[in-house]
Amino acid sequence: MSNSFLIRTEKLYKKYPMGPTVLVALDNINITINKGEFVGLVGPSGSGKTTLLNIIGSLDSPTEGSAEVLGNKIETLSHQDAAKLRNNHIGFIFQTFNLLPVYTVYENVEFPLLLQDIPPAKRIELVMQALEWVGLADRKDSKPSQLSGGQSQRVAIARAVVKKPELILADEPTANLDAKNSHNIMETMVKLNEELDTTFIFATHDEKVMKYLKRKITLNDGYVQRDENISLNNQ
Amino acid sequence: MLKFLFKGLVRDRSRSLFPILTVFIGVALTVFLYSYLNGFVSDMIKSSAHYNSGHVRIMTKAYSQESNQSPNDLAIIGIDPLIQNVEKSYPDMIWTPRIKFGGLIDIPDRNGETRIQGPVSGMAVDLFSKESRERKFLNLDESLVKGRIPEKPNEILIADDFARRLKVAPGDTATLLSSTMYGSMVMTNFVIAGTIRFGIAALDRGAIITDISDIQKSLDMNNAAGEILGFFKDDNFDSKKAYRIRDSFNEKYKNSEDEFAPIMGALPEESGLSDYMGLIDIASFVIIGIFIFAMAIVLWNAGLMGSLRRYGEMGVRLAVGEEKGHIYRTLILESIMIGIVGSFLGTLFGLIPSYLMEIYGLDLSFLFEKSSVMITGVLHADVTYETYLIGFIPGILATVLGTSIAGIGIYKRETAQLFKELEA
Ligand SMILES: Nc1ncnc2c1ncn2[C@@H]1O[C@H](COP(=O)(O)OP(=O)(O)OP(=O)(O)O)[C@@H](O)[C@H]1O
Ligand SMILES: [Mg+2]
Repeated sequence: MSNSFLIRTEKLYKKYPMGPTVLVALDNINITINKGEFVGLVGPSGSGKTTLLNIIGSLDSPTEGSAEVLGNKIETLSHQDAAKLRNNHIGFIFQTFNLLPVYTVYENVEFPLLLQDIPPAKRIELVMQALEWVGLADRKDSKPSQLSGGQSQRVAIARAVVKKPELILADEPTANLDAKNSHNIMETMVKLNEELDTTFIFATHDEKVMKYLKRKITLNDGYVQRDENISLNNQ
Repeated sequence: MLKFLFKGLVRDRSRSLFPILTVFIGVALTVFLYSYLNGFVSDMIKSSAHYNSGHVRIMTKAYSQESNQSPNDLAIIGIDPLIQNVEKSYPDMIWTPRIKFGGLIDIPDRNGETRIQGPVSGMAVDLFSKESRERKFLNLDESLVKGRIPEKPNEILIADDFARRLKVAPGDTATLLSSTMYGSMVMTNFVIAGTIRFGIAALDRGAIITDISDIQKSLDMNNAAGEILGFFKDDNFDSKKAYRIRDSFNEKYKNSEDEFAPIMGALPEESGLSDYMGLIDIASFVIIGIFIFAMAIVLWNAGLMGSLRRYGEMGVRLAVGEEKGHIYRTLILESIMIGIVGSFLGTLFGLIPSYLMEIYGLDLSFLFEKSSVMITGVLHADVTYETYLIGFIPGILATVLGTSIAGIGIYKRETAQLFKELEA
């Protein structure tokens, strides 16, 4: 393939009808994200961060324009193909962790693999590996209710990375965490990004995490206000 | 995945307990009602077979047309060769002749004058042959109230209620006034050997039981009998077999113009139970249908509440890349597991009262005192191999149905909202 990009949006719009007017949540977004990038979407509340993540994650589709993710045109994907794309290639991390309360840490992390027909021995290996990455192998039999917020978010990260996806999307992953845990989480993500070459995109307005970003895309009222490559600037 | 779902059900009681309880109750009731209905039918069949029509019955064509009047002038003559014949053709069955007769019973006082009279409906059966099973079929030993079973010629049994009304006791003499096969009046003296109570109101009013040879002698019916009854050797009525035997027997006499030619009938028509039996089949269907409907509605609502409670879980699963159809199917799979467990427990607990009622019976004879139906007043349940399976139909169907409807909400779920929902 000549184009090595992972994600490319072209003239991407998301519009919501609001009574007589139209609310433009995403306004002509043209960005390209390559494999292995560590990107933050920043901007004030209502600027369209979640909306953009939703579209990249195939949870939503654009009103106009195009979003190509891992060779799939999001605007043309069927329900089933979107599910398949998420299942095989994309991991999600949420602000509120969203672990399944009746299952153990181990089972929560194993769940995405159950959808992929991976043989049991291989599953054990992958789950333990993911738990070691996030430093929770010794808590594998705990229930989510027995974990702290930071630990819960690390389990959620393990769940997102266990299938070794090309892309991980995180919406405000540190919003519910204190400073120490926020740094810990960001360090874990940076490590995964460097060791596995996983592409990370997250939405945030948490000042604490800004210094970890290698690229910062600032949204304002739905359009890209700034797109800066921090690691290059700092070198 | 199955294991994953199963763990969820076991650990989250709210997911399993209420639905299982619902299924449990519905299935237990279904099983009990079903075995009760079955018992009701098989009691009716047994009574009718034993006291009235046999599993199949041979009569002359003419007799069969008015068989409820016991017209002995139309009886079968030459029963021995006929019985030998059917014994050879249908070795699965036991054949036994019976004569039903009417008349008056006359109780003399000390001087030999009539003290009291009463109309009887008599039944003459083979009491004395070694191989005869009539004592068992008519349940004589257990029905005996006073005295003993006849041991020698000219002894009779008389219904206990009837005996009280006539104020007679074992050892007393009774005279039967009846008419011979050829129409002339006849009086025969008998000794009352014992009194009996069948528990069937229609029989307990005026029945007397005699040995068949006494009646053959007294009614001039040498080698004749009104009816020849056939019973399956295991005493279980099998309608298909019975119809096959009937048809093959009747085939031989199909073209006979002789109104004394024999004809065979099978229990459902002979006893008038065929309508009943059909009705009971419909009733079982209706009961099962009602339970499916009621349980499905309850489980549907439980499923709706469950899907509210599990909204977050479903959201995560959608985000992780599980397809809506797959989630829907896992819900159905869960409901099948719940259905199986609930049905299993329900069947177990439905069988307990059913077995108790099969063994001990429930005495409701006071309800049937005025009845003329051949039914014992003691109700039994009948547990057949179908009873073990019947509860699983409503149990599993209702859970699957309820969940299918409740689960439709999954398809309406907007994946576009997931991030926002899961932030909340
Ligand atoms: N389903 C919807 N219907 C109508 N308007 C919507 C819908 N979803 C989002 N919007 C609007 O789109 C705009 C962008 O919303 P979005 O959730 O992407 O913002 P955000 O940058 O994630 O904000 P926050 O930092 O508060 O999470 C907002 O004005 C929002 O009200
Ligand atoms: Mg947002």
